[in-house]
Amino acid sequence: MERKLLSGDEAVALAALDAGVALGTGYPGTPSTEILETLAELGGRAQWAPNEKVALEVGIGAAFAGARVLVTMKHVGVNVAADPLFTAAYTGVSGALVLVSADDPGMASSQNEQDNRRYSVAAGVPMLEPSDSQEAYDFLLAAMSLSERHKMPVMLRMTTRVCHSKTLVERRGGFPAARAPSFERDIAGRVMVPGYARPAHKKLRARLDEIQKENEKSPLNLWKKGDPRLGIITHGITWEHVQEAAPGASAFRIGTVYPLPLEQLRAFARSVERCLVIEEGDPFFVEQLRSAGIAVEGKPEMYRFGELNVERVRRIVAGDVSPEPPPLKATPPRLCDACPYHPVYGTLARLDCIVAGDIGCYTLGVMEPYRAMDSCVAMGASMGVGLGLRHVLPEQQARRVVSIIGDSTFVHSGINGLVEMVYNPPATGHVVIVLDNGTTAMTGQQEHPGTGRTIEHDATNKFSIEGFARASGVKHVDTVDPVADPGGFERLLKERLAGNDISMIVARRACILAAADIRKWDKQNAEKAEAGGCGGAC
Amino acid sequence: MGRVTNVVVAGLGGQGAIKASDILADAACRAGFDVKKAEIHGMSQRGGSVTSDVRFGDEVLSPMVPRGEADFAVVLEATQVEVVRPVLRQGGLCFGPDFLDEKALPNRKSLNVALLGALSHHLDIPEPCWLEAVKAALPERLHELNEKAFAAGREAAARQGR
Ligand SMILES: Cc1ncc(C[n+]2csc(CCOP(=O)(O)OP(=O)(O)O)c2C)c(N)n1
Repeated sequence: MERKLLSGDEAVALAALDAGVALGTGYPGTPSTEILETLAELGGRAQWAPNEKVALEVGIGAAFAGARVLVTMKHVGVNVAADPLFTAAYTGVSGALVLVSADDPGMASSQNEQDNRRYSVAAGVPMLEPSDSQEAYDFLLAAMSLSERHKMPVMLRMTTRVCHSKTLVERRGGFPAARAPSFERDIAGRVMVPGYARPAHKKLRARLDEIQKENEKSPLNLWKKGDPRLGIITHGITWEHVQEAAPGASAFRIGTVYPLPLEQLRAFARSVERCLVIEEGDPFFVEQLRSAGIAVEGKPEMYRFGELNVERVRRIVAGDVSPEPPPLKATPPRLCDACPYHPVYGTLARLDCIVAGDIGCYTLGVMEPYRAMDSCVAMGASMGVGLGLRHVLPEQQARRVVSIIGDSTFVHSGINGLVEMVYNPPATGHVVIVLDNGTTAMTGQQEHPGTGRTIEHDATNKFSIEGFARASGVKHVDTVDPVADPGGFERLLKERLAGNDISMIVARRACILAAADIRKWDKQNAEKAEAGGCGGAC
Repeated sequence: MGRVTNVVVAGLGGQGAIKASDILADAACRAGFDVKKAEIHGMSQRGGSVTSDVRFGDEVLSPMVPRGEADFAVVLEATQVEVVRPVLRQGGLCFGPDFLDEKALPNRKSLNVALLGALSHHLDIPEPCWLEAVKAALPERLHELNEKAFAAGREAAARQGR
């Protein structure tokens, strides 16, 4: 069959299509975003959810109905989706459910470098991890079939380098066709009241034991016989670095991250003189192996930080802990010259606001010349953090606090904070600025509920940010175009800061990179609606 | 493992560095090599620096070019030439934006493809594979212009013997 150069993300999308996935859902986040975009392009059914928790819940529902489902998100997205994840491990599924966690060691584009291999153990969810695009394809199929056979969710863990590197992929045929979804009642299996959850937990552990035994023989793990003086246990992209940095060594590449093939690993460790674990991120395997009584050497602590690469693997093998050469000097990103956020940040800097910030392109307001952001913790956190500051700061400082949040981020998880603002308003009130540029710019211009267009840019129902705020009881809700009327924006903000009410200012102006496309889609959708005569959303 | 050729393409967001590395990787693939390509995208669209690694040969393992092992660097932005230099091995070649007289280019945007033309003079990839890759990566209205840019780069490299 023809081999194609694909990124790991594209390979996962292709595999999902070939596995007959009925639905792909998720929330954008580097490096996972291209999976659903590609699935939609390939003609599969894909959709963006407002956030990762909702995406996983939609996935669970579809998998309860017997469908094969793919859910995708970046590593921190799993934090948002963790609540349903932990209990879906108990309920299991009737079809198949694969959750892709795209981790970002080195934080090329993230706020932390958490190692989501830990979620597999914490939630009791089997996890597979590929090393290149071909394996991303093959492991997605393997994960679907594992999920379907054992009736439980399975995680596929990828990292930035596997998601975004392109390597050759051959498509496979012959994946068994999916059953047609149909509802079968299973109250004891899916309603997790304590009386049903207790036996469900026991069932989960029994399933994991079975899978552990399977994994001892799994072809997804690779044992490469080599020099018996050095054995390296590794995983993911690091496996590629290891083969290059230590070509003669014996090696065990773990594909089944959880449950681990402990007996195989014990035998491997015994077969070599020095058994070294080279893993990216946390000492996850080291801890698991040692607690199983397998003596292994881990990497020095300095290599916990950042990505590994061929040079770093060579150093780990040599036990070299001397300072590393500094990375190449990178030019940091900045707001585009014509970005509509400039006037907003100009005002915030001039008024010396205390800015509870959030995550998106607008986080770049922290850079010179504005330095107009005082916190950025997690998506949606600007709302709560701003309120917390207002509650306890002395009045003069409290009056300077604003929360600033993007449109996609507001819909993602700012909504909850808005409800908190209405319910527990600070004595000085509060001001929320929503930067509505009509897209999820940061991750490459994805649609979201507030744009009123689907992942394929077709018209759908549009979530109204102002409408939501008004209906929730926010006292003043104003909309301003910060580029057309920067003075008006500044006057309004001053006025709101002086009052004691809770208020929202929506600064609406399209992202300069997305504006032309937005106009094109809106025009196309209007034409379609006219031709169909039914408003587009029917 | 047979010999692997290592190329690093660098520039600032929006200059076409990723496009250039896509074309190079595709051309190598069409020539029958094993190919891997690695880069960090993400915030690159916001004018940050971008580097993309392309490796090809009989069998490629890590997708990332180890520092000091690049045979070639293709650099689209003058300020990045010195920044990228440490990736080159001793004797490695760097094609920077001043490699070509700007007047030799159909337009400034086609610098990425022109520098690929220069690079192509040194690589074991047949010319038709390059041209197919250029066409596959760009919309039809840009084909002619980019073929010209490619030829200009290739000729300049042949003239200079590098
Ligand atoms: C839980 C979580 N999910 C996803 C992301 C990735 N991400 C960062 S910012 C962002 C959205 C930015 O969109 P928006 O709020 O509209 O701001 P813009 O970039 O358009 O300024 C996303 C999806 C993240 N950091 N955390």
